[in-house]
Amino acid sequence: MLTSLHDFISASLLTTRELPLFGCPVPAGFPSPADDHLDSPFDLARHLFRHPASTFLARVSGDSMIGAGIHPGDLVAVDRALQPRHGSIVVAVVEGEHTIKRLQHRAGQPWLVAENARYAPVPVSQEAGLLVWGVVTHVIHALGEHQLTQVK
Amino acid sequence: MYALVDCNNFYVSCERVFAPQLEKRPVVVLSNNDGCLISRSQEAKDLGLKMGEPYHLSRPLIEQHRVKVFSSNYALYGDMSRRVVQVLSHFTSEVEVYSIDEAFLDFSGLKWLTKGSDLRAYGQRVHETVKQHTGIPTCVGIAPTKTLAKLANRRARLHGTNNVLLLETPAQWEHALSEISVDTIWGVGRRYARKLTDMGIDTGLKLANMPEHWLRRHLGGVVGQRLWRELHGQPCLDWNPAEWDEDDQLHPNRASRHSVTCTRSFGRPQHEASALNEAVATFAAKAAEKLRRHGLAAHVVTVILGTDKYAPIAGPKTHTAVVSLTDGSNHTSQLTQAALQGLSRLRRPGTAYHRAGVLLSGLEPEGQGQLGLFSAPAADQPRRQQLMTALDGLNARFGRQLVRLAAQGVAKNAAGEVQQPVWAGRAAHRSPLYTTGWDELWELR
Repeated sequence: MLTSLHDFISASLLTTRELPLFGCPVPAGFPSPADDHLDSPFDLARHLFRHPASTFLARVSGDSMIGAGIHPGDLVAVDRALQPRHGSIVVAVVEGEHTIKRLQHRAGQPWLVAENARYAPVPVSQEAGLLVWGVVTHVIHALGEHQLTQVK
Repeated sequence: MYALVDCNNFYVSCERVFAPQLEKRPVVVLSNNDGCLISRSQEAKDLGLKMGEPYHLSRPLIEQHRVKVFSSNYALYGDMSRRVVQVLSHFTSEVEVYSIDEAFLDFSGLKWLTKGSDLRAYGQRVHETVKQHTGIPTCVGIAPTKTLAKLANRRARLHGTNNVLLLETPAQWEHALSEISVDTIWGVGRRYARKLTDMGIDTGLKLANMPEHWLRRHLGGVVGQRLWRELHGQPCLDWNPAEWDEDDQLHPNRASRHSVTCTRSFGRPQHEASALNEAVATFAAKAAEKLRRHGLAAHVVTVILGTDKYAPIAGPKTHTAVVSLTDGSNHTSQLTQAALQGLSRLRRPGTAYHRAGVLLSGLEPEGQGQLGLFSAPAADQPRRQQLMTALDGLNARFGRQLVRLAAQGVAKNAAGEVQQPVWAGRAAHRSPLYTTGWDELWELR
């Protein structure tokens, strides 16, 4: 037996398990005109990441990529499903350690190039081989606490 | 055709994804409370380190060879497992998650996939894509039934070329069956294996060559008959595909679940009632949360207490008490109440317990339960449900068990510092929560 309009709505319209928040739970009053236009809130991860299963987030601690807009403390998204190319920013494995650098091919040899004049480009030797862990797709950079003051 | 995809040394492989310097080095992962070896790299196996061996016994060998040791990091392994399954689902929509590191794929919907060479190539692509996208190495066994796919997977590990093995024709699987002992067949329990070996049926092939009605009579009726058919290439095991929810998250099928458990070993033995109560209440709350996540309700609450497994005294080392509920429930406070009731029956004052747990069984989909003969529908049922939804929402957002029953104990001391409960297990070598904890996120230099 239906005890309220709300029961009626939930029985007939909602087959999903997550219930959207209705502006008008009681059958009295004028229903919110927005109820017919419910959209889900933005899910940034879903919007940004083409391959969620192969995308990993990492926190950057070094300053070697500052020239590419990647600062210490930034978050980067690394996708393992992408093919690294000349010019890609990648996470590579060098001597057992992960490092974030720009990949360049110079005269038939791959190089890992920092975006900071204090770090010299590193050629990848034939015997070591180029080991790319994943390709960096996004940087999430916070604009600094000192600039942000909340409205009282 | 079915494929069984099995991740190699899964927990070790997860650790290696974030620690590439451990490639080609011996690595082991310990069980909860740093008890036993539960995952070993090939190099660790080659050193003679045994599966399930207590850590304190294997320690000399581990230190001598500088084996890298990890405490188990289930948050990481669970996340990596989810990623692997998500990749697998691109190859067929029919995926059955069998365990944290194994999944069956049903290829029968892929009509173009019939030739042996195509099947092998497809299996190869599954293996390569999982490795590329997640970093996890796998073996793929392909065969006409799940039981034979399991066998093919085993052989892929031992003699597969490129980690993939196909058992396509009766001659192929009969040859494979002839080379394995009967106890390694999926579905033959240890008890049956002993019985069969005593009768001279010691290889898989000898079992398959017995008549169908013989298996029916001697191996548990219909179960035995199904096994016979599976071994002859006729699929007849249930298919329990995982279900996708709106968020593209995969959940193992409800029907395939018979119980939900949460058990832990303590860091040191506990005999105080207060500590045991807090521990059991915590396990009940975790199990209840799991139950709600799967949309299930339980009728039976079993409390488990364990004494020292290695104590040189006779008698059982594990004790259980069962409490049944009139109506199925997945409400934390009802289940906790039942668990604490069981605990008070079970606990012997002065006895030191080394582990405890809560097992919820008698499962049914929530909201579909039959009312007990003497119970009226609870008037506050919708409100209770709302409370649990709010509880799960808060804990999902702000961290595990932030909002909890007082019976579970408090997470912070009077000075506001986070404190581990007195019964917390040892995890001296856990790696960071690379993919699930903001405070411990994977770091790049």
